[in-house]
Amino acid sequence: MAGNDTIAGEAPQIKKTAVLVLGCPQVPVQTSVALYLADKLSGAGIAPVIAGNKAAITLLVVADPKRHYLKEVMDLDRAIAQISDKKRDFDLCFVFIHNDAGVSYAATMAAISKAKIFPVIYGEHWEEMAAQITFPCTKIAVKAVHNPLPIKKIIDEVAPSWAA
Amino acid sequence: MGCVESLPYEVIMRDASFKECREYIKSHFSESIDVEPGFKIFDVHTIGVPPIAVGIDGNFVIFPYTKPCHGTFLLRVEDAEEATRLRALKKSR
Repeated sequence: MAGNDTIAGEAPQIKKTAVLVLGCPQVPVQTSVALYLADKLSGAGIAPVIAGNKAAITLLVVADPKRHYLKEVMDLDRAIAQISDKKRDFDLCFVFIHNDAGVSYAATMAAISKAKIFPVIYGEHWEEMAAQITFPCTKIAVKAVHNPLPIKKIIDEVAPSWAA
Repeated sequence: MGCVESLPYEVIMRDASFKECREYIKSHFSESIDVEPGFKIFDVHTIGVPPIAVGIDGNFVIFPYTKPCHGTFLLRVEDAEEATRLRALKKSR
C-alpha cells in the first residue's frame, strides 16, 4: 500500500459531496428529512454538508447530539459566499423549499453552483412552489407537513440517480 | 461574508416575494440593472431568481435581501460609491 488506502499506481478516489440547503424550520418535516437524507447520502459514499440558519442547524444538532447522521454543518450565508466566490462547490445540492425564499435559494444555487440540483419541495403550498422552478433539476415534490414519509418515498426513488 | 446589519438600510418592502421586488424596482425607478444570483452588492451576495433587478436612484441603491424565515426585503441604502459602480457596470455591458 502506498499512502492512505491507496493501492500503488491507482489514482485516489475523490469522494462525492452534497450540500443540503435548509429553509426556515417552521414546517416540521424539514429536520427529519434532512437527517434521513444526510444518512442516505453517507450510506451511498457521498459526504453531506448541511447549510442553514442558526435555528435550522440547532434543531439538527440537538436531535443528533452524537453526530451519528450529521457530519459538517455550516452557516447558510457562509455557504452561499464560498460557492459564489468559487472557493467551494459540491456535486449534488438539495434545497429545502416550502416558501418563496426557498425558491430564491434554489435558483441561486442553480446559478452559482455546478452541482446537480434537487429541490425538495413540501408544505401546504408545494404545488405553487414547484411551478415556480423552471431551471433544469430533479424535483422531489409532495404535500408533506407533519408526515415525512411521502418525501422519504420519493428520495428513495431518486437515490439511484445520485451515482450518475 | 458581509452583513447587511452593518449597512444604514431602510426597508421599502418586507416579507415580499422575489417577483414583487423585481416589479417594484422596475415600476418605481427609471434606472436599474439586472444581475445574476450571487452578485455582490456592498458585501452581500444577492439571492433570488434571475434576473435580479437592482434599482439606482441618485446615490441610493435599492436591492432585494432574502432570509429563509422572513422572505425577501427590499432595502434602500445611500452609498454614492456603490451607485457609481453599478452605473459603470451597466454602461460597460
